[in-house]
Amino acid sequence: MNSPIRGVVVGHGRVAEALVDAAEGISGVTDALIPVSNDGCDRDRLEDRIAEAINGLPSVVFVDLPSGSCLLAALHRFRGQSDVKVVTGVNLAMLLDFLFHRELPLHDVAEHVVGKGCGAIRVT
Amino acid sequence: MPILLYRIDDRLIHGQVVIGWGRPLGIEFIVLVDSEVSASEWEQELYRMAVPQAVEVVFADVEQARTSLTDWQADPRRGMLLTGTVDSMAAIRGNGGPTIPKINLGGVHHRPGRRQRLPYVYLTDEEYRALIALKEDGIEITAQDVPTTRAVALSELA
Repeated sequence: MNSPIRGVVVGHGRVAEALVDAAEGISGVTDALIPVSNDGCDRDRLEDRIAEAINGLPSVVFVDLPSGSCLLAALHRFRGQSDVKVVTGVNLAMLLDFLFHRELPLHDVAEHVVGKGCGAIRVT
Repeated sequence: MPILLYRIDDRLIHGQVVIGWGRPLGIEFIVLVDSEVSASEWEQELYRMAVPQAVEVVFADVEQARTSLTDWQADPRRGMLLTGTVDSMAAIRGNGGPTIPKINLGGVHHRPGRRQRLPYVYLTDEEYRALIALKEDGIEITAQDVPTTRAVALSELA
């Protein structure tokens, strides 16, 4: 059986930690998401932090903004790697969806969470 | 309008640069001096994505920067020049290079051999001495991550 996909959440300041904490609190799933902050590091160090979080496992890397240092670090090290997908614009709905679809193939789970995350943005 | 900000920041174009400095200064073009990025189309595209469409991004290596800086300084638009390292900024100015009036230390993060000077500035002794040499060359040097924080004089980073 394949390992469930890991989620690595990369963000500015404490964004990733807060999102992971909230997702774990809501879902009760505590072994799937790893937060990574860009605090205090240049791109090389941030790449190292992301790599340590991925730890060689198939992963979705969730990034807070669709540009900037976090995305650059993720793409610089992992662009083109078949076992890593990078998804930008992470939100809580996206992470919750991820937690319950980790058995899907990597590409499918990435597409699924993007659909859920985009669908969560609306004017009411 | 001269280049308004000469910044050393190892994250190059990111939020502090675009939003923190770019908006209040009304920056209309950014010169990113980095040999690796200047040779990589896909990295350039990623950096372009980080700035508003109205802001032009020019990619250059150090030699191109030494050659073109006076042209950029004569550009009527409001500009910013970024390097990722102290060495790159020093190399632009060094050995009779173009004049640089001020340098902003915006983000030089931890690496082996560097010592913390501020939460966002870590320097080796060699890098600090290079900055001292630039100061003795007549360049005003301060550390300031965003415009709303205090500009810290180089002497306070010893």
